[in-house]
Amino acid sequence: MPKYSMSEDNVEEKQEKEQPSVIIHEELCKACGLCIIHCPKDILEASDKINELGYPTTVVAKDGCIGCANCYLICPEPGAVTVKKP
Amino acid sequence: MTKVFEKSPAFFDTFTRKPSMQKTTHYCPGCGHGTLNKIIADQIAELGLQDQTIFVGPVGCGVFIYYYFESASVSAAHGRASAVATGVSRANPDSVTISYQGDGDLAAIGTSNAIHAANRGENMIVFFVNNNIYGMTGGQLAPTTLIDQTSTTSPTGRTVLNDGHPLKMAEMVAGLEAPVLSARVAVNTPRNVRQAVKVIKRGLEIQRDKKGYAFIEVLSQCPTNWKKESKEACDWIDEVVCKQYPIGVIKDVADQREAQIRLAERVEFEALADQLGLTTDDEDTSQKIEMLQDELRFKFAGFGGQGILSLGMMMAQMSMEQNMEVTWLPSYGPEMRGGVANCSVVVGKKAIGSPAIESPNVLVALNRPSLEKFGPLVPEEGLIIYNSSLIDQVPDNLKGQVYALPATDLASDAGTVKAANAVVLGFVARKTGMFQLSDLENFLRETFKKPAMLETNLKAVLAGWNAAEKD
Ligand code: SF4
Ligand code: SF4
Ligand code: SF4
Repeated sequence: MPKYSMSEDNVEEKQEKEQPSVIIHEELCKACGLCIIHCPKDILEASDKINELGYPTTVVAKDGCIGCANCYLICPEPGAVTVKKP
Repeated sequence: MTKVFEKSPAFFDTFTRKPSMQKTTHYCPGCGHGTLNKIIADQIAELGLQDQTIFVGPVGCGVFIYYYFESASVSAAHGRASAVATGVSRANPDSVTISYQGDGDLAAIGTSNAIHAANRGENMIVFFVNNNIYGMTGGQLAPTTLIDQTSTTSPTGRTVLNDGHPLKMAEMVAGLEAPVLSARVAVNTPRNVRQAVKVIKRGLEIQRDKKGYAFIEVLSQCPTNWKKESKEACDWIDEVVCKQYPIGVIKDVADQREAQIRLAERVEFEALADQLGLTTDDEDTSQKIEMLQDELRFKFAGFGGQGILSLGMMMAQMSMEQNMEVTWLPSYGPEMRGGVANCSVVVGKKAIGSPAIESPNVLVALNRPSLEKFGPLVPEEGLIIYNSSLIDQVPDNLKGQVYALPATDLASDAGTVKAANAVVLGFVARKTGMFQLSDLENFLRETFKKPAMLETNLKAVLAGWNAAEKD
């Protein structure tokens, strides 16, 4: 499996031009905050939602992700961040 | 075409080897280990090496890497990962061998192992996680601690006079002839991570192509022991650590080197056993015990204080006096009294391969937890003897032949509940046909010097012996 696996282009998505997107899997976040400081668009924020691990999870607070993957690369927790860049 | 950055398939989806919280790592928030694990997993997957990768794990915060990577893995004793990886690599020349070590592990206790593996140019890649400190044990000074850096064992800061200079492993390895790649990277910023990705990919390609030894030192933040917030810790790598440990590729001669294959000569087990004197074809005629099977594997179990270990010891000694091959292996919890204790005794006609027992063919369980734990491991033809004075319920998943022996009651009749082990000895001796009553009596006379003790134990053994007939 390649690292940056190519997702199947799907017809419905193609109708609208797909935007880069980011997901923070809040149940896996340890709230180190590193993704927040490295997001060039400042769209990630600390929250006061305490997750199952006991950390106040980081959340995606705004639109505007450019898919630079900084957050993915710096996050120490495998699986906490997913970035899609069309 | 969409690029997706997500959890690598080279990781387990759920970390089922981890006791709890099986979706996340055990690393502290912000720890560089997690970031490095992620880069390695991504590159293993990208290069398609997952099925041929074998990890060797260290002692230190990296000790649990086998929780995370869905590849083969071995754990090494402290500092020995490079040595173990040497064996792994030579025995599996087609594999990609990864030795993952921290600075306490590689640069302190295991320096000689690491240097010699590098000097031999073994086909392996070593990830050397340098966070300038002993992480797992709570932040003591390591050979890699920076000048002036404080640690729990250098509270006023490291000095050259007292502790020497920070050890520059990547430079040392680069100075050797054999290694093909030596580099230092960092995982504290996305920029440095991008560079690390390239170097790590290069190192793994070198392994794929069998070009020899690659060493990648990884400057990694340890927010916990540096007592810094994650962000501060990452900044500190840029501002301070990188000044003393410059990042970059120090040596890369892979393009000038040929693939190297070490043909491991296959030695058949028989030849080895012969050399070690482990094979004896001739029957040993001095052995005096008729045995049900060539090898009897006894498990004696109960709670601490029931005389379990000495019961095993008696069985072992009596067999030894009859010139049998014998091993005795105790196992007990931290409690001296009240905890579960067990011991394994193997009595055989031939040299014994291992003193550890997976499926006992004779189980003596003096309390209920032991019967529940070991009972199901006894095969159909095996014997299960349980202490019916203390166990009123027998699990229904037992396969062996089950005997109820009221050992505690019989011992109490003989004079003391402490002699329950002697009751068992008498019972087992007769049931297995290993000893005569006179053997038992002679043995007890040698063992117990005090007449009262001897008398009680003789009575107890006899009670057990008689109980074996009734069944
Ligand atoms: S991919 Fe880049 S822009 Fe998008 S959230 Fe992550 S850091 Fe911000
Ligand atoms: S880097 Fe990862 S663990 Fe840290 S706050 Fe962001 S999502 Fe959470
Ligand atoms: S103690 Fe340091 S090295 Fe160990 S897991 Fe925590 S942050 Fe990482």
